[in-house]
Order: sequence, then C-alpha cells, then structure tokens
Amino acid sequence: MIENRPIITFIAHATLILGIAIVAFPIWITFVASTHDAVRMTQVPLPLWPGDQFFANLYTTFTVGAGGGNTVPVGMMMFNSLIVALMIAVGKITISLLSAFAIVYFKFPFRMGFFWMIFLTLMLPVEVRILPPFKVVADLGMLNSYWGLSIPLIASATATFMFRQVFLTVPDEMLEAARVDGAGPMRFFWDILLPLSRTNIAALFVILFIYGWNQYLWPLLITTDSSMFTVVMSIKQMLESAEQAPEWHLIMMTSLLAMLPPIVVVLSMQKMFVQGLTETDK
Amino acid sequence: MILNKLKLAALGASAFVALTVSAQAQVQIEWWHAMGGANGERVERMANDFNASQSEYVVVPSYKGNYTETMTAAVAAFRANAQPHIVQVFEVGTATMMAAKGAVYPIYELMSDAGVAFDKSVYLPAVVSYYEDTNGNLLSMPFNSSTPVLWYNKDAFEKAGIASAPTTWDEVNAAAQALLDSGMTCGYSFGWQSWVMLENYGAWHNIPMGTEENGFAGINTRFTFNNEAIVNRIQSIADSQESGIFKYGGRRGDSLSLFTSGECGMWMNSSAYYGSMVSQAEFDFAQTMLPLDTDVADKAQNSIIGGATLWVLRGKDDADYKGVAEFMNFISSAEVQAWWHQETGYVPITTAAAVLSEEQGFYEANPGTDTAIEQLSLNAPTPNSRGVRFGNFVQVRDIINEELEAVWAGSKTAQEALDTAVERGNSLLQKFERANS
Amino acid sequence: MLKRVHFGTSILPYLLVAPQIIVTLVFFMWPAGQALYQSLLIEDAFGLSTEFVWFENFEVLFQDKLYFDTFRRTAFFSVTVAGIAMGAALMLAAMADRIVKGALTYRTMLIWPYAVAPVIAGALWVFMFDPTLGIFVYFLNMIGIDWNHKLNGDQAMSLVVMASAWKQIAYNFLFFIAAMQSIPKSLIEAAGIDGAGPVKRFFTIIFPLITPTTFFLLVVNVVYAFFDTFGIIHAVTQGGPAKATEILVYKVFNDGFVGLDLGGSAAPSVVLMVIVIGLTVIQFRYIEKKVEYA
Repeated sequence: MIENRPIITFIAHATLILGIAIVAFPIWITFVASTHDAVRMTQVPLPLWPGDQFFANLYTTFTVGAGGGNTVPVGMMMFNSLIVALMIAVGKITISLLSAFAIVYFKFPFRMGFFWMIFLTLMLPVEVRILPPFKVVADLGMLNSYWGLSIPLIASATATFMFRQVFLTVPDEMLEAARVDGAGPMRFFWDILLPLSRTNIAALFVILFIYGWNQYLWPLLITTDSSMFTVVMSIKQMLESAEQAPEWHLIMMTSLLAMLPPIVVVLSMQKMFVQGLTETDK
Repeated sequence: MILNKLKLAALGASAFVALTVSAQAQVQIEWWHAMGGANGERVERMANDFNASQSEYVVVPSYKGNYTETMTAAVAAFRANAQPHIVQVFEVGTATMMAAKGAVYPIYELMSDAGVAFDKSVYLPAVVSYYEDTNGNLLSMPFNSSTPVLWYNKDAFEKAGIASAPTTWDEVNAAAQALLDSGMTCGYSFGWQSWVMLENYGAWHNIPMGTEENGFAGINTRFTFNNEAIVNRIQSIADSQESGIFKYGGRRGDSLSLFTSGECGMWMNSSAYYGSMVSQAEFDFAQTMLPLDTDVADKAQNSIIGGATLWVLRGKDDADYKGVAEFMNFISSAEVQAWWHQETGYVPITTAAAVLSEEQGFYEANPGTDTAIEQLSLNAPTPNSRGVRFGNFVQVRDIINEELEAVWAGSKTAQEALDTAVERGNSLLQKFERANS
Repeated sequence: MLKRVHFGTSILPYLLVAPQIIVTLVFFMWPAGQALYQSLLIEDAFGLSTEFVWFENFEVLFQDKLYFDTFRRTAFFSVTVAGIAMGAALMLAAMADRIVKGALTYRTMLIWPYAVAPVIAGALWVFMFDPTLGIFVYFLNMIGIDWNHKLNGDQAMSLVVMASAWKQIAYNFLFFIAAMQSIPKSLIEAAGIDGAGPVKRFFTIIFPLITPTTFFLLVVNVVYAFFDTFGIIHAVTQGGPAKATEILVYKVFNDGFVGLDLGGSAAPSVVLMVIVIGLTVIQFRYIEKKVEYA
C-alpha cells in the first residue's frame, strides 16, 4: 500500500470483523440451538450460549432420524444427498464440456439452433415447470432413483456458456499444432482443452455440487421411498409437520449437518473456485 | 478422471437401487401421508402392526411433506399413472377429490367390492358426515380428525383469579382482561383462522358459510361468510388487539408457541395439539369448548372437524384393493382408534373407540380430553354444521388468510376484508364449477 | 463465434451435443411446451375434464389487479436484495483490498454462506425472528420494536430481503475482491502521489474500473432474487402475510403446486418465461461484449 495510516487499517479490520460477525451469527445460533433440549427451545429468551445436549441431539438425528418420523437416519439422507450432488455436478460438467466443444470447434448444420436451445434453459427454475417433468420421470420408471433425482437437473446453459467462453480464448495455434501432430478431435479435446479448463471445471464443480446438494422441491416430489430422501428436503418437512410444533433443537442439528458438506467443498476448493470464476475471460 | 467419477457414481447408484428393490412376494400397498414428527412414527407403527397381523399384504407408508405437498404429489402421480393406493388428503381438498370421479375409489364401493363387512353406523356421525355424498355414502375414510377447542393456561388463570373456564365470547374477553391485569402481555390467540373463526364459528352458531348447504347440495355454491355475525366478531377481535387481548400469531399452528411460552393465556385451535402441549408446556393447561357468541345464538350447535381422510385412488390391480379394504378395516378397529386417539389427541372415528377409551379410564386420567368428541356430538348436525365443501378451497383459505391478515394489520375493516374475500372466493368457485362440469 | 480453425462436418459434433440436447428437450422444451398449451386450458386437478379456452386465462390474469402488485413487489424485492447484497459486499471488499495481512482468513470467513441451501437459510432466519421465540425479536422488544412478521407485511418483506441478501453477499464479495485486486497497483499509487485520499481514490479510480464486474453482478443478483430466493420465501413466509412477500415465482408455484389450478397457473408461468428470455438476452449480449473487450 502506498501509505500507512493505522487508523484506516484499523477501520478496515473492524468493518471486516463486524461483517463476519453479522454473516456468521446465524450459524452460531444454529449451533447453539442444536445443543439444547426441546423444552429449553420453547422458553423465552432463547439461549445464546451452547448447552449440554449436543451429543444427545446428534445421537437422536443419527439413530431415530429427522425426516419427520420416517425413522430415516440422517446419515442415510446425507449419503443420498452426496450421490445426487455428485451426479448432478459431474453430469452437468461432462455434458456441458462436450456440447461447448462441439459448438466452438465444429461447423455443422443447426449449430446455432442447438446453442440457443441450450441457452434458453438458463434460468427457468424447477419450481415453475415441475409437473410435466414429473410425468416424464414417472414414464421412464425413474421415480425413487438416483437417476430420477439427478438427470432432469443436469441440463446446464451456464456451464455450457462458460466452457464456450473458455474455449474461445484458446489460441487457434493450439489446434493447428495438434493437427500437425495428427491428433483427432477427441484427442485434442482430451489432451489440450481439458487441462486448459481445469480451474473452470473446479469452480463449476463447487457451484454445481452446491446446487445439487441444495435441491429440495424436486426430490420431495419424486421420492416416495424414504430410503431415497435427501437431507435438505427433510428440513422443510420438519418445519411444518401437521398439528405439531417444530422441534427446533433437532431441526437445527440437522441443518448444521446439512450445511457442512457444501461448506467443506467451498472452503477446501476456495482458491480454484475464485480463480475459475473470475478469470474465465483470460 | 471425470468419466471415472461418473462411472463410480453410476455404480454406486445401481448397487443401491438393487439393494432397495429386494424381492417382495407380498402385495405392496402404498400409503402416502402427511404426518411428520411423532405422529409420523405412529403412522409407521400402525402400518407395521397391520403388516404383522397378516401375511398377504404389506402397507408401505411414505411421508410426502405437508398436506398440500402430499395432495399435489398424489395428483401429479395420478396424472403420470404412478399413484399410490392410499393418500391422506386434508379436509379442504375434499371437494377436489370428490369431483374427480374417475380418479377416486369411494370407500363404500371399495368395501362392498372387496367383500369386507362395513357398517357405517359405527362411525361418529359428526365425523363421517363431512365425507359423505348426497346419498349418505362414505367416500373417504376419516383418519386424523380434530376440532378446534379453547385451550387455557390453568396456572395463569389461577394467578389472575379467574374462577372458571370461559364459555362465551364476553367471558373470553373478561378473562383476557384479567390475565392482562395479572401481568400477562396477551389474552388469547388462535391458529388456522379460516377453520376456527369462519368455518367453525358458522357451524357453532348454526349460520351458513355459503349457499347450497355449504356446498354439500351442489357445485354451484357461493360464499356468504360476509354476514353480520362474523363481520362483527372479526371487527371486535381486531379492535381488541390494541390492549393486547388478542394477538395474531400466524396462519397455521405457529401461534402455539405464544401459548406454550406462557405469553398468551388462551388459544383456540385443534384439539390435536394435545401431544405437543404435553411435551412443551411447563404449566398446567386444560381444554374447554369453544366460546358462544351470545349476540348470535342462544346455544351452541356443534363444531365441525378438520384434519384429513384417506382416499383410495383407482388404477391399481383389483387384487390390491382387497388389501386396501382390509387395511381400512384394521385402522377403524376400536383398539387401533382408541390408541391413536389417546396418543395424538385426534378424535376417534368410531363410537366403540370412544367407549373403549372411557373404559380404559383415559378421560378420567386426562380431564378435558373428551372435549372434542363432546363438541362434535353436541347436537345432530344441521346443513350449516355438517361441514363445508367448496372447490379450490385451498386457495380460498389463502385468500381468507390474506384478507384477515389485512384486518389484523389494521389496513382494512372487517366488512371490507370479508366482502373482498367473498368476491375473490366466488370467482374461484365459479372457476371450479366450470372446470368440473 | 466459431473458431477460425475448426473441424469439418461429421457425425461427431451431433454425438457431442446429443446428451445436452436430449436432456434439454425432454426436461425443458417439452415441459415449456406443455405449460404453453396448459395456459390455454381450464382443467381440473386430475386432468379428467379439459376445456380449451384460448386466451381466457391470460385475460383473467391481466384483469387481476393483484397480479400487477406482484410485479411491482418482485421489482422492489429484486432491486433491494441486489442493492443490499452488492453494497455490503462492495464495502467489505474495499476494506479487504486494503489489508495485506489476514486477507485470506477474512475471505474464508465470509465465503461460506454461499453454500447454505436457501431452505436452510430460510429456516435459520425464521428461527431467529420467530415472533415469540426469536432471539432477535427478544432484543427488538427490549428496544421497543414490536416484531411480528406474520402480521406486518413490511417486516415480513424485510425479513426475506435480509435472508436473501445474506446468502448472496459471499458471492458478490468474491467477484469484487478479485476485480479490485486485478487493478494495477501503479494506478492507485499514482493517484496517491497526486494527493488523493483513500475515499477519493475509491470513487475516482477503483469503482469506475470495476464497473464491468458491478454490471455483471447486477444481472446475476437480479436473477438470483427473481428465482433462487424461492426456497427462502417458501420457508420464511409462504408469500404472506396478505401477499406481502409473494413474488412472481412464488405465485406460479402457489397457484399450480398448492392450488392445483393448472391452467390458471400456466398463464403466469408463460409470462415468467417471457421475462426469463428477456433477461437471458440481456445477459447474453452483455457477456458477449465483455468477451470481445477482454
């Protein structure tokens, strides 16, 4: 920095710490709530400091289950969420890489038609087009399966678009050189394009893993077999069970557990994530 | 590397599917329900008991979210030909289910087709009349039924020097004032406001909520709940907010915490909150009958039920329906019903179950738990107190919620709000009439 | 947009786009077509009786005064969420940009709400602001504010805005800080030598230079507020009280999924699709430009 004014540095640190405090407070509350018992969670004011029921609640969510009396242990649901999130992330990245490759490196009829078709899917969320896809999934016999949970969500305009941009910035000399070496299209894709898009793949993986993990309305609709429930959908269910008050201590414990995997993914891949997101056009 | 990952995921997935689809020789009966939490566990237990009682059928309950989510899931599944055998539908969905003649398998038909003995007279009239067609045939099996009652905090009443539980609205207000004087910040609250304050208020005072016997007599029904009695009551409740006599706490059961935390001394809502109260309230509480509006009626008629029934959907193998009928028979037995009633606070659906609970000494040990049954069977139901049957009622209830919230927030008078609610509700009724004729 | 040097026509490109196109056709185009068709029908929930009514559903929709309120509300909500999420992120990024030591730690601490599911975020905020039990409500009551978002529409709106903005700050922060750090230090130092203070430097140099990022984030945030906040609203207010937090996406969901009015809910979803296509084109043109300049 060009000057060193301690007072400004101090303000900067103070603002950041305040920001972090505000951003992190909800998670602290979640943690605190998960360490008390049911009765304490109905008494005003609610605690700000942890109680001693953490392990008891953890035990309950893992053994009795938290999916609204379905006796689905939370571990099972977390496993389902993990598989679904991985399938969505990997599936989206794979099909987007392939289609971006085709659109950028091949000249063929309907190329732009395909591109626009993919692009239109960009933003319409699952919530507003949920019944017709349900019928397709049912007709294909994919209800209550990992395929049904993930495939309808793996079309991705964002990822296709991002890879398209990345590929567009790859110098033409690369392809010329590859041709001189006699490499075919797939060879070029595998040996040159993939390594060049590594950081972007990582960044997208983070985004899409989170996207997949956080789905809830779709899993809710197409799963009837409690062994296929995902952890995020169970939280909404726990919030409003008929004629019962929410059991906050268990809801918060489950929330805490449900937040952990995506947070771990974001934090552990943070460097690649930031680079991949912010340097697409370099 | 990516491909390997995909393969791995696929491998894991298929292995998992293979595991869950183990060979099943017995006939599987799917049952979609909306009971979460402790009641969900009881549903599981009910199914397990049935499965253990015979070897031909296996009932598989699945929790499908709240009432609306469960119903929508079943409708979507039906359109996709992947429906369950049995689905639990809340009472406001009754008109929609009834109108879907090709989709539902009426209980009376199911029972006679399956050759399972079925005597409608053993069921409590106030419970089954809600779900009968015009010829008195039972269409769906009542499952979890409750009725709104007045819950009160006995400790707080004692502290405020209130001698007896209030029986009229004037007494409710007086008791609320006494509670406020004793240092509480809120007199009473209620939840499910359309159900408690309009539908049940109408039945309790024997005034109609809509034309055509509240929709029972025809699909061309229209709302009339913007009548003087209801408008006055709503307005006076809204006015009493200022002093803290009434406090609004949400559309469904969310205001329960107002009561269990000791903030409000009285609460009008379903008798089925008994289980939650036992586990959450750290004070002595009791239930009593809904208050009477002495300006409107001299004596109370009867209250109507809420909760849900089990509808059987068509499109499965004939052989399956025999099992469905057996299961319906099983859950109506006095033992199962008495257990369900005592554990949950839902009313029993048969007279035998009520008698059995009495014999088991349940009402003696838990005074007040028979309030709901007493209220429901206070008098023989009239066309105004049999229930309500309006199309698109899920949305109508939302409209009523919205308009009442406008009253509580002070942005509309009760008259304006209820007039608008009737107008908006009628256009939905018109639409329903058109879509189903 | 095609590479100057490219492969010739063969079957291969079709095979490459096939998976994406199939999924798009089956799970997007077909449902969208269904929605279009459905919007011209009046139908009962189970699909047993159907009447073709041309544009009647749209006529009803556009005569509904409440529908236009929903538009206004959606606009207000989106702008507020984007404004708060971006403003807070910009300030934090400006501060973090000044700091040499510990910047990574701060980033780590700020980044994680991005990973929290909207539904869970909703559950957290509902819990903190429960009118009876909420810890914040307890403090608000102490300073004399009567909080009841189940009754007070403005409070409900501010609650969903806060929860939605909270989740988005992390994402914006990442982009802002990256943009700021890519500004050559020599530029800032030159301004410093000219005697510009830190605040002036921010507004005359840093802020103009990160405009492309700001504009990009604006689009992303508006889209986020339009659609991805669904889970938050669903968990926090369900659109209430008295429609105070019902935005366009929620209306479609509520009419179709909850009310089972398939024809009636298809009409607003078609309107929503048109808006989506509009936003897509804007975003597309913008990103396209950004690539050209880069």
